[in-house]
Amino acid sequence: MSKAILYDATQCIGCKQCESACAQQNELPYDDKVAAESVQSEHKFTVVLANNDKYMRRLCMHCEEPACASACPVGALHKTKDGPVVYDVYKCIGCRYCMVACAFGQPKYEWGKLNPRVRKCIMCPDRVAQGRNTACAEACPTGATKFGDRDAMIAEAKDRLRQNPDNYVPHIYGLNEVGGTSVLMLSSVAFESYGLPASEKLGDTPMPDYTFRILSRIPDFVPLWVLVLGGVYWITHRRELVAVTEARDGGNQQGGTK
Amino acid sequence: MKFKLTFWKVVFGVIMVLGMYSMGVRYFQGIGAVSNLSDQFPWGIWIGFDCLCGVMLAAGAFVVTGVVYLLDVKRLHAIARPAVLTAFLGYVLFIVGLLVDLGRPWYIWHQLIYMNPHSVMFEVGMCVMTYTTVLMCEFSAAIMERFDLVKPLKIIKACMIPLVIAGVLLSTLHQSSLGSLYLILPEKLHPFWYSPALPFFFFISAACVGLAMTIFESSVSSRAFGRQLELPIIVELGGYLYVCLWVYALLRFQDYYHRDQLRNILHPSYESYFLWAELLMALIIPLAMLSFRKVRLSGTGLYVASCISLLGFITNRLNVGITALEGSSGMHYHPKWTEASITAMIVAMGFFIFAMAVKYLPIFEDAHHHETPLTVQAHQPVELPVETEQPTMVN
Repeated sequence: MSKAILYDATQCIGCKQCESACAQQNELPYDDKVAAESVQSEHKFTVVLANNDKYMRRLCMHCEEPACASACPVGALHKTKDGPVVYDVYKCIGCRYCMVACAFGQPKYEWGKLNPRVRKCIMCPDRVAQGRNTACAEACPTGATKFGDRDAMIAEAKDRLRQNPDNYVPHIYGLNEVGGTSVLMLSSVAFESYGLPASEKLGDTPMPDYTFRILSRIPDFVPLWVLVLGGVYWITHRRELVAVTEARDGGNQQGGTK
Repeated sequence: MKFKLTFWKVVFGVIMVLGMYSMGVRYFQGIGAVSNLSDQFPWGIWIGFDCLCGVMLAAGAFVVTGVVYLLDVKRLHAIARPAVLTAFLGYVLFIVGLLVDLGRPWYIWHQLIYMNPHSVMFEVGMCVMTYTTVLMCEFSAAIMERFDLVKPLKIIKACMIPLVIAGVLLSTLHQSSLGSLYLILPEKLHPFWYSPALPFFFFISAACVGLAMTIFESSVSSRAFGRQLELPIIVELGGYLYVCLWVYALLRFQDYYHRDQLRNILHPSYESYFLWAELLMALIIPLAMLSFRKVRLSGTGLYVASCISLLGFITNRLNVGITALEGSSGMHYHPKWTEASITAMIVAMGFFIFAMAVKYLPIFEDAHHHETPLTVQAHQPVELPVETEQPTMVN
């Protein structure tokens, strides 16, 4: 059963417990200085953005069909059956195509290191495999970040939208965006105002489809193109052979056969 | 032989010193220390120029070998080898660029064991590896001739047609796949450049560049190495270039028409200035020039038209790789000087190795091969740019 995080911005109080729990889980430094940073980075996988008294969490969306995983030439990123999109550093060659490919700008890089890693939220795969909640969901004092089966989370999100339609933008962000994500979001203000890409712009098509449309043709294209090129060679050189033969025969017997 | 210090040698030396310094910083302190690359802008000129443009400028080999060996246009044979050399150098230097840009270049071989066939980057990597090998085989004929290795030369010559077919096939895949890389960014890449037809545009423009680059390199080397200019060859290539540019221009126009962008591209904006520069140099000026018969028959005219077109296509690749991503990243990227100096060093190395190869290997066919009556004596072998009369200091 695929899991998901449900984040309800209307219940968030901006206490940043999730940030601190995330840092602890991933063995990252966390102090007042880091807490004050309002951008994600190689040492801050999740951030709570504040806009007056409204909040919005940013973290890896854990797409159902992740662009980063399809982009990676060595398969260093992959989606587990539980839902998390995880990273195998030992495979990574550092091409950063995942960073370019991600529609949500989530993979971050250790620019200052000599053997840099891609860093991002990996949805606590060890905890999830043990049937536990993610660190952020466990730390959240208000239940703004919840963790559970994706279907159950979707049902709950729909329920909240139905019961309190005035509290929300009538949309579950992540339900269908780029083919669906394992992070679902509810908010009272437009998601774009926190830097999330607009749903209309993302569309419902999984990003890997855009490249696979072309890539999937290659096995058919290769033999065809080889045949065409070989055929062109055969024709042009046969023409030459015929010309030579004709010239020779023409000299001997007054006009050879065509 | 006496060593003469000339302007171009000094320029070359300065570029090498600055480049080596930046390389040192890159390998001792990391990518962040030498570049303006960041989480918002993870790919810069190392990808935009070294990789995208480097591969594009190496397209001459597949175009010329395809025309000479497959279409059997024997009169162009004289330029096949310089074109293969340019491409081989282009790819080797592209790999050097990649070793700088990759965060963990020491694991580049992982490509061979952890394959992800869903990744365009995987396709790019495999094509680079195999095509560089093909080019090396094609080019090895020159080295074997130089050292009179008769037997291996015979083997290579026997394999030439399969090699050429493999080369054209791999180039088709590779040139287009550099465009496919950006297909996964429909919402990030600016609509002036994001098109479902991007792989086709990359391939057709590579064919244009292959022709323009061959004209450029024949003209420059005729000047630099005091050789005869193969005018009939260049004129023929110019004709092909003219046609290819029209095809590319038409396809770009149709693409903008179908995606409803025609009005937007005329509207002034940050992106449209870059687009205008690109279209003006890549298509409009060269097409206008080449539409005159006089230009199509003149060595200088073809040279100038090709140069402008090359600059235009370089702008195109930089636009796709950099300009088109600035809007969605919310920042303007420009390379740090150290970042640019590594690119400059790679380019300078390319010129240097080309000059050395021409000097020591049988790259150009000798004068006695010029039995074609049309061959025009280059108006007094113009002086080497490497040895021009800039302020010189004699050692």
